[in-house]
Amino acid sequence: MPEPGRGHHNRVHTVIKPKNTKTTLKRLWHYLSEHKIRLFTVLILVAATSALTLVGPYLIGKAIDDYITPHDLTGLFHLLLIMAVVYALTSLFTWLQSYTMINISQTTVRNLRKDAFDKLQVLPVGFFDTKPHGDVISRLTNDIDLINNALSTSLTQIFSSIITLLGTISLMLWLSPLLTLVSMITVPIMFITTSIITKHTRRYFSEQQKSLGILDGFIEENISGQKVVKAFVRETEEIERFENTNAELKNVGIKAQIYSGIIGPLMNVLNNMGFAIVAGVGGWLAVQHIITVGTIAVFINYTRQFTRPLNELANQINTIQSAIAGAERLFEIMDEMTEPADNSDAIELTDVKGDVEFQDVSFSYKPGEPILKDISFHAYSGQTIALVGPTGAGKTTIVNLLMRFYDIDSGNIFIDGYDIKQITRSSLRSSLGIVLQDTYLFSESIMDNIRYGRLDASDDEVKVAARLANAEQFILSLPDGYDTVLSEDGGDLSQGQRQLLAIARAILADPAILILDEATSNVDTRTEQHIQEAMLKLMEGRTSFVIAHRLSTIRKADVILVINDGQIIERGNHAQLLKQKGFYYNLYMSQFSNIQDLTNAI
Amino acid sequence: MRKLLSYLKPYWKSTLLAPILMFIEVTCDLLQPTLLASIVDNGVAKGNLSYIIRTGGLMLCIALIGMVGGMGCTLASSISSQHFGADLRSAVFKKIQSFSFSNIDRFKTSSLITRLTNDITQLQMMVLMSLRMMIRAPLLFIGGIIMAISLNAKLSLILVVSIPLLILVLYRTMKKSTPLFSMMQQKLDRVNAVIRENLSGVRVIKAFVRAEHEKNRFATANDDLMQVSLRAFGLIIIMMPIVMLIMNLSIVAVLWLGGINVAAGDMEVGQVMAYINYITQILFSLMMIGNMLLFITRASASIQRVNEVLDTPVDIRNNPDADFTPISSGHVSFENVSFGYSENKEHLVLKGINFHVQSGQTIAILGATGAGKSTLVSLIPRFYDVTDGSIKVDNRDVRSVDLATLRSSIGIVPQDTILFSGSIKDNIRWGKKNATDEEIIEAAKIAQAHDFITSFPDGYETQLGQRGVNLSGGQKQRIAIARAIIKKPRILILDDSTSAVDMVTEQRIQQGLKQFIKECTTFIIAQRISSVMDADKILILSDGRIAAQGTHYELLKYSSIYQDIYNSQLGEGALIDA
Repeated sequence: MPEPGRGHHNRVHTVIKPKNTKTTLKRLWHYLSEHKIRLFTVLILVAATSALTLVGPYLIGKAIDDYITPHDLTGLFHLLLIMAVVYALTSLFTWLQSYTMINISQTTVRNLRKDAFDKLQVLPVGFFDTKPHGDVISRLTNDIDLINNALSTSLTQIFSSIITLLGTISLMLWLSPLLTLVSMITVPIMFITTSIITKHTRRYFSEQQKSLGILDGFIEENISGQKVVKAFVRETEEIERFENTNAELKNVGIKAQIYSGIIGPLMNVLNNMGFAIVAGVGGWLAVQHIITVGTIAVFINYTRQFTRPLNELANQINTIQSAIAGAERLFEIMDEMTEPADNSDAIELTDVKGDVEFQDVSFSYKPGEPILKDISFHAYSGQTIALVGPTGAGKTTIVNLLMRFYDIDSGNIFIDGYDIKQITRSSLRSSLGIVLQDTYLFSESIMDNIRYGRLDASDDEVKVAARLANAEQFILSLPDGYDTVLSEDGGDLSQGQRQLLAIARAILADPAILILDEATSNVDTRTEQHIQEAMLKLMEGRTSFVIAHRLSTIRKADVILVINDGQIIERGNHAQLLKQKGFYYNLYMSQFSNIQDLTNAI
Repeated sequence: MRKLLSYLKPYWKSTLLAPILMFIEVTCDLLQPTLLASIVDNGVAKGNLSYIIRTGGLMLCIALIGMVGGMGCTLASSISSQHFGADLRSAVFKKIQSFSFSNIDRFKTSSLITRLTNDITQLQMMVLMSLRMMIRAPLLFIGGIIMAISLNAKLSLILVVSIPLLILVLYRTMKKSTPLFSMMQQKLDRVNAVIRENLSGVRVIKAFVRAEHEKNRFATANDDLMQVSLRAFGLIIIMMPIVMLIMNLSIVAVLWLGGINVAAGDMEVGQVMAYINYITQILFSLMMIGNMLLFITRASASIQRVNEVLDTPVDIRNNPDADFTPISSGHVSFENVSFGYSENKEHLVLKGINFHVQSGQTIAILGATGAGKSTLVSLIPRFYDVTDGSIKVDNRDVRSVDLATLRSSIGIVPQDTILFSGSIKDNIRWGKKNATDEEIIEAAKIAQAHDFITSFPDGYETQLGQRGVNLSGGQKQRIAIARAIIKKPRILILDDSTSAVDMVTEQRIQQGLKQFIKECTTFIIAQRISSVMDADKILILSDGRIAAQGTHYELLKYSSIYQDIYNSQLGEGALIDA
């Protein structure tokens, strides 16, 4: 993978142990099982490659003993031909095996990713509201990466390590049990030292990872908030805080690097010692004519081959463990509760008239903390309903319920007389057009972003919608006009411009019922004026729900619902509510206290 | 590159020691096969037991010396690389702290973050690898060749064939794979982007019933990624078997030529064995060098990116003879100010701005989106420098005042509220380092934040997540207001900072501020007429120019734009109804 440095250490040293290995493996197998035949082929290829790898050194020894020492060149030539074939086959099989495995792992990973993503599409909005997005992304990328690593290399390597290990030992024993015993002297030392060192390495690496996480978090915050840092002249303090964390990372980093780096030279020395021991003892045995010189050559090769898989096994098992833990985290997402399926007899809403009724609707995001209490109102077809009230009163929640982003706890919501639970979600949502508080745009062209409202709209239709929303002027001032590709979430546009696009998108969707959630709060008044004209045109003949802080918008509404603490405390049109001299009156007066002064002054 | 290497200078001892120690290890490694050959040829062949034991013992000793070298190198290289990384990171961080706003704008925040984290980690890794592997591999390679030639020059003809062949294979794969891997990274970024969009944009996707559309979008990105990955990895996996084949066939050739030489009596069996060992070492080290090069190619992109940050000239600096006298009155005047974000004079955001604000006055700025309101106020604390004209505070050009002195006396509540992780109290204290609890509470009360803060179980000690994620937009804005006013600034800038607050609360904040504002000059950018009509002066910006300025009454009489805005918000009927 493209990040050799950190990624590697992540994989090897910070092993997260899986909780329920068996079930996870079973589910992973479900993804792998479609490649059964290919997997089986890989196993055979691995076995063959491992066997051939063992044969190589043996043939070298044979060449030395049987042909080179007795000067038999014809025999040597024949043996070397065989060796060449053996080596060629080894390479061929190695390639075939990796090729098949990479195909298997990439398809599996693709399918896992696809299934996880498709699952996201059926999860309820509550999932996205509560789960940290970074965590979800990490599951869909990093954890899948772990699985990929394990599948593409570890699986075959573990298998080949075991075969090589067993094969080497048996061949060594067969050639010379005594020399085998001698060359094994270093193995326990190796085991003990590595296990001691890896214990430290793991500890320091997880500490390093933690420090790095803290530092990265600090950096991210400091850089994103850099303008505030400057505005408040906090540079010195921030540098000081940075230096502390940075020094911590450095100190633990040195330890982690030393411990992890020391394994290499240690293995090397043990290898060289094994080399020396085999040479010395082998030489002595050869003088005694217990073994031949060729056997020494074979052993020297084998001891090398022997220590490698031992080291690798430990690493690969870690990788596999991490992968299983990763798979577990991924499957957790796949096991999340989905939006309940549409009723089997759910109807498709067509020719919507836009008659909306809430009947004793109660709702809470968290049990015991009701957000809406017994909300009842009736919006007749074509009416404009304004929702007014302080922040947190529950206005946005009403929209959430109408869209069925959340399902109500009790009561009923009707559209054109149908309970919305009896309507398919897709037809329900299609008949509702929405411009949300947080305008969301995609990193596509402006054209595609507006077209999101109706996928089959022609370029001209998109432009008409943009014009209606008063967005065309700024769009044309952008370097590529309608083809300007936005950065993520339209970050390069101002909030007002983003909202204009969202409005154009809603206009294009041409819904029967319109929901405007503070859509105008960030557009300047002049721009808003133009939008309002367009909106008024759009709202004509449609039932519209408007959440706005501006009285100018609210005043034109047929019905104003004043919501406070999850309840409708006043309802009526502007004139009626003012006469009541209640909450709305006070709200209105607070805005107009200045004007009152003004009137008096004039 | 040289510039970055200077960060290793303070650690020159360990940096120098690492390759020397590595040299020892490699030499020890290289001696082993020769000693083995002499055991076979002098010991075994001649039946000389004591020679075998002596040489075997010598091999053990050499192995131990090699270990000392190897471990020492690990130690030294770890120390050097970690210090290097930490120092470099610190240098880049400090540089960014000194950046002006336009420096930051040019780099983009996310890019600065990757440079400070991933890129520097890459470089640190590169130093570590260089000190360890990049010494080891060439040493093994050259040493191996020397040993091989000195053992038998004729057999080395094999190397003349196999080494260029190997280099060719490595070069071709690298050349082909580099673009494939960067393409893979792009595809991966795309996959991540689609996922991220689906998490953040879930309401839009569900509202427009676009699940199928999104699934298709993702499937395309996902399949693209798989295709490129298959191609990239498919290329990489060819390399290993080919390299192995070249190596193994070289061994076969050594055996053949060696066999002929042994038969002719020109060579001994032990030498053939040693030669096989050397050839393995040489070819393996060559592969290592190949991998290193691949790594360096990737790291060189990081080098460039880090250098870009370090080499960027900071365009807003303190005047060498800056004036440290604190701002006393808060009198602000713009004199013929023009400003553009780019050098290009045609793209001016502000053109010929002239106005005066007396100390303690409130000035409101209205205008369409993109008219230049935020830009105008950001010139006062010198976030950007004017292109033409001058801005004076206390009758002093802001460019002549010490930056910290200037900014310390200005309180600003930016449009995008940014809070930091830490407690609410810590966040408010940003405005004044040594603020007492009473001062914090007072500021929070004025900002209408006290009530909701105390409604949290932990009150002022409530820990905020990164960027204050666990607060609503209105709550964040109010904490940002408290943060700005706690420092009792001479100049207060409110850049549309109550947009997410409901009207009643906004009223209360305004009233609280009025008491407070008496002492300081206040700039208010707002959308609501009711927020600005009390101002001593209202500026109407249009296309970067002041279209009108005056009090509410004056503008209502003479400015048609202002009348438009007024009517759109309050309507002509408003007064009659009330």
